[in-house]
Amino acid sequence: MYKSLVIDPAKCTSCLQCELACSFENEGVFNPAKSRIKVFEFEHGLTTIPYTCTQCEEAWCLHACPVEAITVNAQTGAKEVNDSICVGCKVCTIACPFGTVNYNSSTGKVIKCDLCGGDPQCAEVCPTDAIVYVDADWTGYSKMRDSALEAHA
Amino acid sequence: MHHVIVGAGPAGVIAAETLRKKSPNDSITLIGDEPYPAYSRMALPYLMAGDVAEDGTYLRHAENHFESLEINVLNDSVSQVHPADHSISLKDGTGISFDRLLLATGASAIRPPIGGMDSPRVHNCWTLTDAHRILSEVKAGDRVVLLGAGFIGCIVLQALVEMKLELTVIELADRMLARMMDGPGGNMIERWCQAKGVKVRTGTAAKNVVEKNDSLEIELGDGSSIVADHIVCAAGVRSNTGFLEGSGIKTDAGVLVDWNLKTNIDNVFAAGDVAQGPDRSTGEQQVHAIQPTASEHGRVAACQMAGDPMPYGGSLSMNVLNTLGLITSSFGLWDGIDGGDSTRVEDQPHNRYLRLEFRDDVLVGALAIGLTQHVGILRGLVQTGVRLGEWKKRLMSDPSQIMHAYLAKVQGTRA
Ligand SMILES: Cc1cc2nc3c(=O)[nH]c(=O)nc-3n(C[C@H](O)[C@H](O)[C@H](O)COP(=O)(O)OP(=O)(O)OC[C@H]3O[C@@H](n4cnc5c(N)ncnc54)[C@H](O)[C@@H]3O)c2cc1C
Ligand code: SF4
Repeated sequence: MYKSLVIDPAKCTSCLQCELACSFENEGVFNPAKSRIKVFEFEHGLTTIPYTCTQCEEAWCLHACPVEAITVNAQTGAKEVNDSICVGCKVCTIACPFGTVNYNSSTGKVIKCDLCGGDPQCAEVCPTDAIVYVDADWTGYSKMRDSALEAHA
Repeated sequence: MHHVIVGAGPAGVIAAETLRKKSPNDSITLIGDEPYPAYSRMALPYLMAGDVAEDGTYLRHAENHFESLEINVLNDSVSQVHPADHSISLKDGTGISFDRLLLATGASAIRPPIGGMDSPRVHNCWTLTDAHRILSEVKAGDRVVLLGAGFIGCIVLQALVEMKLELTVIELADRMLARMMDGPGGNMIERWCQAKGVKVRTGTAAKNVVEKNDSLEIELGDGSSIVADHIVCAAGVRSNTGFLEGSGIKTDAGVLVDWNLKTNIDNVFAAGDVAQGPDRSTGEQQVHAIQPTASEHGRVAACQMAGDPMPYGGSLSMNVLNTLGLITSSFGLWDGIDGGDSTRVEDQPHNRYLRLEFRDDVLVGALAIGLTQHVGILRGLVQTGVRLGEWKKRLMSDPSQIMHAYLAKVQGTRA
């Protein structure tokens, strides 16, 4: 069983450590705009929700890619973009119904969560455990996935 | 059980792989007529722009990919289908029998029915062979007329600009991207192209082409003419159904298929650009001629052929396009429906545009220019048909809140 990022919005204080850690780990800059996890604010910050790829089974991005630039990491189950193969066509960005693949105009490629190769930095730095990296049989997580699948059947 | 797949583009290849996964013991034959390893047409612009070499367009990269899956690949052309005796003929007359047959023969480029289109200075841009030919015959600085500024034309446009050609675009419709962009959006793209030095002439057709000395004179409908070294033709495509004549398999614009991607003949299926299958938004049979539909068709048809259907409610029409750095996308019924509601935000100075279309409180279509973050959520909302409730009103006044609406309504976040 792969481990998953499990997110509990109720614990999120909107400190944005996850965005900073993600962009630094993956893009070498502290820049939330380049983060693969994004914290959405509701009601002027009363509710905040960290949101990123759930590495879904369906992997719409992977199926849509015309050049096999997105593959499954056998260790982590993450759907990873291989920059040297990606041509930047952006088909995956519209294919992903969760909106978690984004185009990066400075590289001309796309970016998405790759679970940092098994040591996701967002979970690592989150001070309140709003983001944890745990075995994926957690019920809330499967509920989240089920609702997503139902929605697409 | 022997599955035969005709056509080794994305639809055929994905079908073959899905069949192998679903039916480990069946035999699978994949027949394609192009002299290359299976490749993606939509990667061709990146080859022309010099971003990738030929192998960067290949659909699969592992050596012996198909051998390792025990998929028997034939480089040949299928000339006839005989449903009654469950067989097909190759062009040399050899017969191959099948238990299940998938037609995944894609489409071919067509040229407008005007004089001079047979000149060797006129190029299609549809196959790897076309792309190689353009790369070897068209040189930086050449004057090139691009016929057609539809979806494919605009993708090719980007590659031609990167080849440093002196480019003029001729489009019959009154705007660029007429079938994936509305007036304001199309005009924004046209202004953007003009500002980048591409001459765009919309609302006029090429009437005739004459070869003169070492160039072409293109006469236009408005009486003017343009001199060019080459024409690149992106004026439409047609599904490859010719080999089905006399087979009894029903065709219209493409091979007509039902909600299971089955043709009118048992055990014969069709997928991808050759298939006229159910559109998710309208329920009508349509040829989408896009990559996401080809790959989805490939999987859905293969699951049917394996006797293990996956849920499928038709494919969603959608596109994304990069026109000289301006990123455009369209989803579903972006032109709206009778009695529906519509909202737009247009930011001309920053070249940003977002249009949402609703039926009651359900998003049925969307257009976006300049949106690159979380754009897939537009697909998510259109495809799931989730009721937006009070969020519809919020979106009507601020369409940019789509991601929030999704989180609130689909992920059940309280807000
Ligand atoms: C330049 C360009 C850019 C594009 N960009 C995009 C894009 O950005 N986004 C997008 O969604 N789509 C894009 N497309 C469209 C996309 O490439 C097609 O929708 C996709 O290739 C369809 O896949 P397919 O497998 O149905 O057909 P194809 O890719 O056409 O494959 C069909 C194969 O079957 C072969 N064949 C035909 N007849 C026979 C026969 N009788 N016997 C044996 N083999 C046969 C053909 O030669 C071909 O190799 C683009 C296309 C082009 C040309
Ligand atoms: S943008 Fe890259 S990863 Fe995404 S579909 Fe295109 S080639 Fe594949």
